[in-house]
Amino acid sequence: MEAHAIPTTTVGAAGRDQRPSLSRLTKVELRKALDTRAGFWLQLAVLGLTVITVMITAAAGHTDDKTFRHMLANALIPASVLLPVIGILLVSSEWSQRTALVSFSLVPARPRLIAAKALAGIVIGLAAFVVAIVFAALGTAVASPNIHDVWSLPIGLVGQDLVFVTTSMLIGIAFGAAILASAPAIVIFFALPTAIGALGSIHSIEGTVEWLNSQPSLETVMSGHEWAQSLVMFVLWIALPLAIGLWRITRRDLAA
Amino acid sequence: MIEAEKLTKRFGGRAVVSDVSFRCEPGTVTGFLGPNGAGKTTTMRMICGFARPDSGRSAVLGGPYRELPNPGRRVGVLLDASAQHAGRRGREALAISAGTMGVGEARVDELLDLVGLERSAARKRVRQYSLGMRQRLGIANALIGEPEVLILDEPANGLDPEGMRWMRGLLRDFAERGGTVLLSSHLLHEVDAIADRLVIIGGGKIVAEGSKEELLSHTGTLVEADDRAALGRALEAVGLEGREADGGLLVDADPRAVGVAARDAGIALVHLAPAGDAGLEQLFFDLTSGAKEEAE
Repeated sequence: MEAHAIPTTTVGAAGRDQRPSLSRLTKVELRKALDTRAGFWLQLAVLGLTVITVMITAAAGHTDDKTFRHMLANALIPASVLLPVIGILLVSSEWSQRTALVSFSLVPARPRLIAAKALAGIVIGLAAFVVAIVFAALGTAVASPNIHDVWSLPIGLVGQDLVFVTTSMLIGIAFGAAILASAPAIVIFFALPTAIGALGSIHSIEGTVEWLNSQPSLETVMSGHEWAQSLVMFVLWIALPLAIGLWRITRRDLAA
Repeated sequence: MIEAEKLTKRFGGRAVVSDVSFRCEPGTVTGFLGPNGAGKTTTMRMICGFARPDSGRSAVLGGPYRELPNPGRRVGVLLDASAQHAGRRGREALAISAGTMGVGEARVDELLDLVGLERSAARKRVRQYSLGMRQRLGIANALIGEPEVLILDEPANGLDPEGMRWMRGLLRDFAERGGTVLLSSHLLHEVDAIADRLVIIGGGKIVAEGSKEELLSHTGTLVEADDRAALGRALEAVGLEGREADGGLLVDADPRAVGVAARDAGIALVHLAPAGDAGLEQLFFDLTSGAKEEAE
């Protein structure tokens, strides 16, 4: 019965009772984000669309638009649309594809797994930011408009960009966690801003809506008032759905 | 070591598992047997920390499953072979589990060989896998961390006869090395061939438990005569009931009593023996259908 013998050569006893570290779980989550068809193509799409956006801006933009600052703002638009979808799928696919049954059997501390997903999401967001910087710089160099301050980029704006990409990702993760189903989470994510925008047309609550739906600006350095609006938005779009999601994920039986 | 103690689970007021208690010792294969909907999956999910029992408790290796620091290295779990990402390649699914539990990726190829998944099959996406291939992938996934305990829900489902024989050898080997195995099935013959001990569940309750020999000793006698109707009447005359079964009448008495009754009635027998497998099948059917009616 040699064929049945379970090989024991490569695995030692080391680490048997050692909890997988958060960095190891994050690496695994990054791998999981890339190794499926959906994940791979989404991230390739972010890359491709970033390049195309920069090319269009460089080729067809108004001369005044060909500054590095403006190129970068445009280069981040594909990421702003697609990063939340990647974030949603990071969490919801565990339910839609039923892999939660495997993932949580290996990591029973469920909030740790969600934390690893959030960290992996932030890494992907930062990678998208670096990609945008590189191609925006290339685009600016190629277009090389003859205008003053082509390369100027206020440090405040860099901070806003970083907050923007990481929170875009976290919004997706929070939505995925709260809804736990890929398709409805994506639909609701894209429908909500439209619905909130529609609310904005109601005269009596004018001025309130900006508090519900204000992501950090990519174009101009924000005032304290605008930051306050963004913080409220983070509470509503990240903290609240994430809390609902963590409650659902930890308190309830796994229905996968 | 797996222990379940008075596990109870209700869904919408109805108890789908009630007071389920059993133990699985190292070195044994325990077959968890019951018809579909009897509560096997719910019980196993409670043991693995996926469902909260309404009352009762369970332990794997001495404590609750969810308190194991790195469960993959101690307990191999296969709760649903279809619970894999359809868009992920088979080998990649194993590599992810290996990465999570901190086992080198070389182990993945060992396991692919062990479960008989060809390299070309392992490169395919799980969407293209047959149920049998998914089961093999799931068993490989359960074994990656070199666990001491295996918890497998319907692992033989979708395996062909060759696959069944392979799994029997694999699990026997695992138990002989001191491992503990709990596997469920709704088909008696699947479990019968592999398990040392049987835990039979019907309608959410344990209806019988013991070694195969223990269960068989209560299954009665299989008897056959050319004139089956006359044999039936002869048994009735001495207060025994003969029920139609494959290859004769099944009688809830020992072979001696049945033989005597036939001789007294002057009936020539063509078969008289302890009921064995036929009896076990009848027992399984009686126990689980009885419990089902009770539950309804």
